[in-house]
Amino acid sequence: MTTPGDSGAPGTPGDRSSPALEIARDVRAGSVSARDVVERYLGAVDAVDGELHAFVTVLHDSARREAAAVDRQVAAGEDPGPLAGVPVALKDNLCTRGVPTTCSSRILDGWCPPYEATVVERLRRAGAVVIGKTNLDEFAMGSSTENSAFGPTRNPHDPARVPGGSSGGSAAAVAAGLAPLALGSDTGGSIRQPAALCGVVGMKPTYGTVSRYGLVAFASSLDQIGPITTTVTESAVLFDVIGGQDPCDSTCLERPAPRTVSALADGVEGLRVGLVTELVDGADQAVAARVHEAAGVLEAGGARVEEISIPELRHGLPAYYVLAPAEASSNLSRYDGVRYGLRVEAGTAEAMNAATRAAGFGPEVKRRIMLGTYALSAGYYDAYYSQAQKVRTLIIDALGVAYQRFDVLLGATTPTTAFALGAKVDDPWSMYLSDVCTVPSNLAGHPAISIPFGSDDKGLPVGVQVLAPSLCEPVMFQVAAVVERGAPVLAPPGIRAA
Amino acid sequence: MAGETTAGNATPGNATPGSAGLTREDAAYVARLARIDLTDDELGLYAVQLATVIGHAAELAALDTDGVEPTAHPLPLRNVTRADEPRPSLDRAEVLAQAPAVEDGRFRVPPILGEAP
Repeated sequence: MTTPGDSGAPGTPGDRSSPALEIARDVRAGSVSARDVVERYLGAVDAVDGELHAFVTVLHDSARREAAAVDRQVAAGEDPGPLAGVPVALKDNLCTRGVPTTCSSRILDGWCPPYEATVVERLRRAGAVVIGKTNLDEFAMGSSTENSAFGPTRNPHDPARVPGGSSGGSAAAVAAGLAPLALGSDTGGSIRQPAALCGVVGMKPTYGTVSRYGLVAFASSLDQIGPITTTVTESAVLFDVIGGQDPCDSTCLERPAPRTVSALADGVEGLRVGLVTELVDGADQAVAARVHEAAGVLEAGGARVEEISIPELRHGLPAYYVLAPAEASSNLSRYDGVRYGLRVEAGTAEAMNAATRAAGFGPEVKRRIMLGTYALSAGYYDAYYSQAQKVRTLIIDALGVAYQRFDVLLGATTPTTAFALGAKVDDPWSMYLSDVCTVPSNLAGHPAISIPFGSDDKGLPVGVQVLAPSLCEPVMFQVAAVVERGAPVLAPPGIRAA
Repeated sequence: MAGETTAGNATPGNATPGSAGLTREDAAYVARLARIDLTDDELGLYAVQLATVIGHAAELAALDTDGVEPTAHPLPLRNVTRADEPRPSLDRAEVLAQAPAVEDGRFRVPPILGEAP
């Protein structure tokens, strides 16, 4: 057992318990009712979330109705599905019909989507129960969840620290035991980085394997929805539930999403693992030490681990912070005070647009829109936007060369453990540096997963990242499962369900 | 070049990779393009902060990308069509119920060309 103050030396490894899978098993067997499960989780949210602020909206009534429907199915001899009665928390940039979807922004004030995100429909079809919508950096722009119009979420391991972001509410909810499963979205690391900082598993799927219909767009060539869970097995199960083609998203791949659960027990004997210099070197000493220990776990399991330098990855962050804001400035032009959300009245349409956007967007969203508008403006397009797109190609090609030698790559998820609230809010570039290890996978469209692996000398969780080529989720999960089994057990967070 | 860029420079032909300086007037020009009313304080702050980020982006200019194809998207995209079959769309009343102002089944906006409504 790792305790605060411990250096994070390996404790007793072993299989982690998977709360979601235990609930689904018991509900399907009829030995536990979905109603009882949902009451337990709603009670935990009510008791703890005042301090944590993981949730923007808690859905007491609809969650109880959905749980009762699951119980009726079981009573009628039907199988509600692989997530029967499992409470799920949704990042509040996923559309839920008739339920406010805020993106933690004032500009969507009062908006209730007239449609449901495809992933939410798939969750319900699998028997899951939606218990609430979680806090995020406004429109998923940020790495700390401090950019929420509704105030920050706190890290369950230390309430004076951030949970990471932008899916900070979802990661904190799972870490604190307020939801066994959650969904986030990952544009530059927004699932993996908060998962690392909160000590849970966060996975970004291959671009195109999960429908983005009903995900409020941030940067459309980078965004993917993915699972935040306690264990790697739960991550694979949830990915299999939400993945697959959807006629409502034209960027969805035609081939079915890879089935991953069956790969989990395969081990790493003979696999080639590249330990990426650029994903370790800039990290804090404790973080780098945990990554090297994880590499040792894989070697002990029979993998061949070698170091590899991919210098092109150093250009990922500056390229990302041109491309993502450029796409965001275009996507967010839809918030104009005409069709939904906030309107600030003014004499002309243009004045109304500009006044509405001034009042509705927070500082980081304004900063990104400005940055993207600048990069796309006449005279600067070639210098910044086009060049960043070409650098994106260089990064993809460099990763392709690396994957000729290796089955997966290994590195840190983020260079530091959880930082103090307020520490980086006045210095955007220092905040952006939190994403330096995660953006390459988004630029390339590749899958990647963060697995908790011990802690630093303050007892704060460390995440180790496994990266794989497109559609190679099975081998990524295979490796992640071995890393997890060899990881030091993390002390439970101070803020958690009783 | 820092500090010498002006709003008038944000026109074709005047881009200078590596000149990361941004004036308050540059920021005001970009804010107008982005349709956001910014205060003087915000313009000053964003001029400085944008210059920092753009300074990092300008490092990319030094890379040799001759003959490199730009990537707009991680997938080889092509047009996707579905069967042309009638099916229900979003309910008009439900959609309009979300709007700040509605008239005769349509979104109502202030004058666009400046004439009286």
